Amino acid sequence: MSDEIKNPKKKLPSKFGNYGGQFVPETLVPALAELEAAYLRYSDDPQFQKEFAHLLSTYVGRPTPLTFAARLTEQCGGAKIYLKREDLAHSGAHKINNALGQALLAKRMGKQRVIAETGAGQHGVASATACALLGLDCVVYMGTVDMARQAPNVQRMKLLGAEVRGVESGSKTLKDAINEAIRDWVTNVNDTYYLLGSALGPHPYPTMVRDFQSVIGREAKVQIMEAEGQLPNTIIACVGGGSNAIGIFHEFVDDEDVDLIGVEAGGTGIENGQHAARFADPQMGRPGVLHGCYTFVLQDADGQIALTHSISAGLDYAAVGPEHTRLRELERAAYTYATDDEALEAFQTLSRLEGILPALESSHAVAEAVKRAAKMPKDSVLIVNLSGRGDKDLDTVLQVLGMEN
Amino acid sequence: MAEAKRIRDVFGKGRAALMPYFTVGYPDYEISLNVIEACVEAGADLMELGMSFSDPLADGPTIQHSTQVALENGITVKHCLNAVADLRSRGIEIPLLLMGYINPILAYGLEKFVRDAARAGASGFIVPDLPPDEAGEMRSLCKHYDLDMVFLLAPNSSDERIQFVTELSSGFVYLVSVLGITGERDALPVELAEFLSRVRSQTEKPLAVGFGISTPDQAAVVGEIADGVIVGSALIKAVGQADQPVDAARKFVAELKRALV
Repeated sequence: MSDEIKNPKKKLPSKFGNYGGQFVPETLVPALAELEAAYLRYSDDPQFQKEFAHLLSTYVGRPTPLTFAARLTEQCGGAKIYLKREDLAHSGAHKINNALGQALLAKRMGKQRVIAETGAGQHGVASATACALLGLDCVVYMGTVDMARQAPNVQRMKLLGAEVRGVESGSKTLKDAINEAIRDWVTNVNDTYYLLGSALGPHPYPTMVRDFQSVIGREAKVQIMEAEGQLPNTIIACVGGGSNAIGIFHEFVDDEDVDLIGVEAGGTGIENGQHAARFADPQMGRPGVLHGCYTFVLQDADGQIALTHSISAGLDYAAVGPEHTRLRELERAAYTYATDDEALEAFQTLSRLEGILPALESSHAVAEAVKRAAKMPKDSVLIVNLSGRGDKDLDTVLQVLGMEN
Repeated sequence: MAEAKRIRDVFGKGRAALMPYFTVGYPDYEISLNVIEACVEAGADLMELGMSFSDPLADGPTIQHSTQVALENGITVKHCLNAVADLRSRGIEIPLLLMGYINPILAYGLEKFVRDAARAGASGFIVPDLPPDEAGEMRSLCKHYDLDMVFLLAPNSSDERIQFVTELSSGFVYLVSVLGITGERDALPVELAEFLSRVRSQTEKPLAVGFGISTPDQAAVVGEIADGVIVGSALIKAVGQADQPVDAARKFVAELKRALV
């Protein structure tokens, strides 16, 4: 096809292999072109990079520590387990890295109104935080099911000055919040910036979000070299859309001896369909298009998007970021899953052994780390990306564990 | 089976073509076909048959609701293809376009879909989340099976983009009247005439306008400057509110038709 030649404005590759792209209504095509142009301009602009780095250091609290999990390591009896402490980033998760980067971009683009979607609420809180800091107006779309199970984050967003709009359509979770955010963006495209929260959606979001999150991997590499004098053998991260995972993987993709492991939400099990494990379910997980991008999507035989389930709202999404699909195709990263029960178990393990309450999302990565570390030699090194803290999940966890008052 | 007219044949009749959209399977399969037939009898020049998707991100609440009902009725791409064949066997000759999002089409199989649509008697496709940049394969298939692939333009499309899209769109070019999603609106945007003339200066292809055209008066205004008038949500609303959906469709489309003379 000569279409690409006729459309010479694109400067960043819009696809990862066959995956990614811009499957969007025509109204968004100019908006995405404007976004890409602005991103290209500012990603090369030393002033922009300086301001971003300054805020990451003085506001977010970066670099986040790399913590050796001594008691967890001892219990597993294998690899040395390190935790990349994104839970200690301001507002409680890695989401702030991207939210701040994009909010800075919105400001430079002269867009005063910012919209965002959120599942667990972490991206909504991060967006509300960044907008408060930079003096931007913020509207957050959130499924009403998620609002109920992540109530503390709804309150935080409101206190930060954001307007939270409940979404009643479809499954009332993240997928529907994204639909509604896109509908808003199509309608208010001239003055509104869409601050997408994960490495998914139409180009250039997957690339841009990865770039803003790749600070995680860059720091982790320096820190593990200082601590161990070697690269890690294995890196484990949970994968919803996959921004924390791609953020820590990216710096290590060319280090081929480092195993990259993504952990999807196994829900109550793959067989009964109550999960969000796109790569683990050969029946429902197939390449398709959701929210502007071609990637692995959970869908029925007729191409209708499947309803997903996970105990963690942040992993409860039917599509995975396109770069993960590409890394899996290239066999550069491998993907597995942890069930709700395994994540809950890991939540308690980390809380008791290390004094850290992990987010339920991150608990999926911890669950896989526990399984894997035991089988690895004692001189090997494993890093878990602890993408967020678990305070937001207390209601859910206490309820499931029967520890409510 | 009736012979389908070409899409281009409905334009250039000295008045704008009336092009209603209706969701296959709303409120059920049989009634939706009867509604479409009534629209044709009342003067529709071309029909757009909506194929449902679970996540219709370009659609407002009215069409969302209709597609949700259709999905609850178990309507699939296969049913929509059958609908085309059924309508042809009822003797309907006007162009029938299938309109729907790309994922159910990919799940059906892109080549199989285009082939089966051609066999059923469809005239072409509108896929709102498949801009021409991503539609290379589907356009080739359409050429092979001699079907039209209609692309969209929006008021914020640049002149360069207008040139690109009008060149690749076949049958007609679909102009989205406003920034936003489908659905009725109280007033037409004042910039519509300027948008049309901007596109008109770059192409000789027919230009049809959709999104937000709700009343015969609005249709008349758009019909003055466009080659085709697309009405979707207002028709679905009229049908959805009526005790006699088929009669309601016939009456509403007849009013629109009168406004376009």
